[in-house]
Amino acid sequence: MSTRTKNILTWIVTFVIMLIICLPGLWIILSAFRTNGEILTKPAIWIPQNLTLDNFRAIFGYGENVVGIPVASYFRNSLVISVTSTFVAVLIGMTGGYAFARYTFPGKAATFLWLMLSRTVPGIALSLPLFIIWSRMGIIDTQFGVILVYTAINVPFTIWLTEGFFRQVPRDLNEAAQIDGCTPWQAFWKIEFPLAKSGIASAGIFAFLTSWNEYALASQLTRSTDSKTLPVGLMDFTAQFTIDWAGMCAMAVIIIVPALILTFLVQKHLIAGLTFGGVKG
Amino acid sequence: MAEVALKKVVKRYGDTEVVHGIDLDIAHNEFVVLVGPSGCGKSTTLRMIAGLEEISDGDIVIGDTVVNTLPPRRRNISMVFQNYALYPHMSVRENLGFSLKIAKRPEAEIARAVEDAAAILGLDALLERTPAELSGGQRQRVAMGRAIVRHPDVFLFDEPLSNLDAKLRTQMRVEIKKLHAKVQTTIVYVTHDQIEAMTLADRIVIMKDGHIVQVGTPLDVFERPVDTFVAGFIGSPPMNLIDGTIRDDTVVFGDGRSLPVPPDFAGRLENGHRVVFGFRADVLMPKGHALAESGTVHDIDLTIDLAEPLGSESMLFSSLAGKEIQARMHNPRAVRSGEVLTCELHLDKCHLFDAETTRSLRGDG
Repeated sequence: MSTRTKNILTWIVTFVIMLIICLPGLWIILSAFRTNGEILTKPAIWIPQNLTLDNFRAIFGYGENVVGIPVASYFRNSLVISVTSTFVAVLIGMTGGYAFARYTFPGKAATFLWLMLSRTVPGIALSLPLFIIWSRMGIIDTQFGVILVYTAINVPFTIWLTEGFFRQVPRDLNEAAQIDGCTPWQAFWKIEFPLAKSGIASAGIFAFLTSWNEYALASQLTRSTDSKTLPVGLMDFTAQFTIDWAGMCAMAVIIIVPALILTFLVQKHLIAGLTFGGVKG
Repeated sequence: MAEVALKKVVKRYGDTEVVHGIDLDIAHNEFVVLVGPSGCGKSTTLRMIAGLEEISDGDIVIGDTVVNTLPPRRRNISMVFQNYALYPHMSVRENLGFSLKIAKRPEAEIARAVEDAAAILGLDALLERTPAELSGGQRQRVAMGRAIVRHPDVFLFDEPLSNLDAKLRTQMRVEIKKLHAKVQTTIVYVTHDQIEAMTLADRIVIMKDGHIVQVGTPLDVFERPVDTFVAGFIGSPPMNLIDGTIRDDTVVFGDGRSLPVPPDFAGRLENGHRVVFGFRADVLMPKGHALAESGTVHDIDLTIDLAEPLGSESMLFSSLAGKEIQARMHNPRAVRSGEVLTCELHLDKCHLFDAETTRSLRGDG
């Protein structure tokens, strides 16, 4: 087989795989700009006939058929919950990861193992116990309750990820900084933190996306505009006998866009290898 | 002004004691080199002076201050690390100025200090680069620049040249020596390389297994090693050491050959005393290829196993009492292996060590 045919074949295979991965997403985006009628027509109309922004206008309360869904509240809840839980998880993960990378203490290996094992429990298995405990504590249907759960889910991962990055930062740099006059705290913030930044950013993105997209637990722990997040809010488009697919797709787009923007913004920080050159490689 | 004093300094990790109560006084402006094989405690000692390791017992004094519990930043020291430890996310200029910035000095002063240090070390053209864009030697210089920029009381060097290639190492060695002459500061320098120790030090501290074995000027430790360890460690090639027994002012070796007891030791040793006879390659030279030297000379016939020509001299490998020994041949000629040469041994410069204690039998040693 010549290189040329090989190339072409590679492209075709890549295209097919990407098509399979992307098609559902593309279909959602496409459907967000179509009418419910057109989506449900049989036989299916593959090429959209007329694109419309009505679905979005309906969600935001403009136009003829306003959907009674408090998207603004959901958006606010999602944002507050995701940002807070990410911030807390990154903070704990960063300090924890640093401790695991730099210090020895009794039970270190076991603690680390348990943290990792906690991730093997499927989230949904926690939903019933969580529901019972949360309702007894009176934090069902509060942002705080959801934040607590998401933080707990994210912390093991952020610890694991940042630990790896801190371990790559040579210990000598911290010592050099201390000799140069830094307190241990200053040495961390001025030297080690900037060098592990890409790892911390990755951990942050991951935590944010987990929180932003999580549905199963949130659907159990939230019930009103006080705490319902966007993914849970999607269910508002289902009525007893009908499903407003077009509206749901429009809302899905609203959920996807911020996550997409964030990923693009932060991705340049994801490039590792910043530590090269400081010490003998 | 800063003297450094270690008083009965002990370091333990759990139950394991790695530095066993060492005493050392370092004078102001003195260049002291701690040298020894790996695991001898020299780096640990340096790190204790720096404050990067806690001391388990004893006192460390810098200037007039007992610094036992002071963190590194309060000791007014600076350190050059083996792997440079430059901050990779900062330019050379920022690396050099970092300590002054932490000390919140005014911008103008920092800039001046950085320029000065860069001028001393020839880094002027590299100030805007990052460490990744520098060669090994340049990184080494930046590391030194970072150390001198704030005029510390004491410089600490932790094997700073061990990551450089041989040629660069020789070059940087000279630069460090020049730097010391320029900045006039107390230096404590750790290395496992005895040549570095010999060439740089005002005084050498030889360590082994967490003890100080000998402290002295380079010539001192070269000419009057206190035991067989120092004799074998200092000097290149290492001292030839052969086991023997005293009999009537001669040292008899295992194969029945013998050498006279060196004059410094004569008449003091009992028959039957088991000793180690030591001499350097420099004092064993083939007749006609020796340097003119006065003193007591003894002739030995040696079968040469191998000659290693080095240009201005040759190293000759032979054996005596089953031990490989080396001799130095000045104004060399070609030597066949198996050739028998009569060599002159300068007995004045030979050593005797006790076979059991390994200590030198020199009365004052």
